[in-house]
Amino acid sequence: MNTVFALSALVAVAATVLVITRRNAVHALLYLVVSLLAVAVIMFLLGAAFVAALEVIIYAGAIMVLFVFVIMLIGHESIAMNPRAWIGPSVLSGVLLIELAWVLARGQLGGAPATEVGPKQVGIALFGPYLLGAEMAAFLLLAGLVGAFHLGRRRN
Amino acid sequence: MASVSPEYALLLAGVLFCLGLVGVIVRRNLLFILLCVEIMLNAAGLAFVVAGARWGQPDGQVMFIFLLTMAAAEVAVGLALLILHFNRRKTLNADLMGGG
Repeated sequence: MNTVFALSALVAVAATVLVITRRNAVHALLYLVVSLLAVAVIMFLLGAAFVAALEVIIYAGAIMVLFVFVIMLIGHESIAMNPRAWIGPSVLSGVLLIELAWVLARGQLGGAPATEVGPKQVGIALFGPYLLGAEMAAFLLLAGLVGAFHLGRRRN
Repeated sequence: MASVSPEYALLLAGVLFCLGLVGVIVRRNLLFILLCVEIMLNAAGLAFVVAGARWGQPDGQVMFIFLLTMAAAEVAVGLALLILHFNRRKTLNADLMGGG
């Protein structure tokens, strides 16, 4: 079996187990970001580079930032991080970094799987046969925006 | 680089989904329940991408983009509800929800 895949899968599962067992929400968020990065590596290995980038940008970037904001807003628990809390996520992301360095050093980035589906094909499918779905996704986002605004409004 | 076998990737998606499900069932903190729902959605998205890659079609990735949109909207509304609930009850324990 592919070594890079096995390592990423191990990192993803380990990080996810740590997410659901942490007491502190900030620690769990750190592990969840690592887990999402590992899943993005696997998507890249599967030949879905566009979606792997989206996973990093939207999931690990935007959605996790929403969670961080909410944790700060409710101020429910201490968000002060002691240095020991960084060890676990650092080790797991270090494994991902080593994988990246290894793949780059072997120079096999161009040897992507034969079944690679690039962003161009995805875009043609998204705005071709799936155009109605794309418009419904836009409606859903608008509904989410209006809903979040309504719920978060300050009531007098 | 040898291509990833879809069976193992689907197995990983299943394991991640089950971990998220366990989290939703076991944890009583609303924030953790939302986090675990995110894990489950992500695992489902991974399964979509694996299936799309198996047949070399873009449909799996398109479905993942829809799932991403849905996850973003769900998180926005869910977290707004969470803040509202916390401001009223001063607790995030799911067992203490409901009632007057």
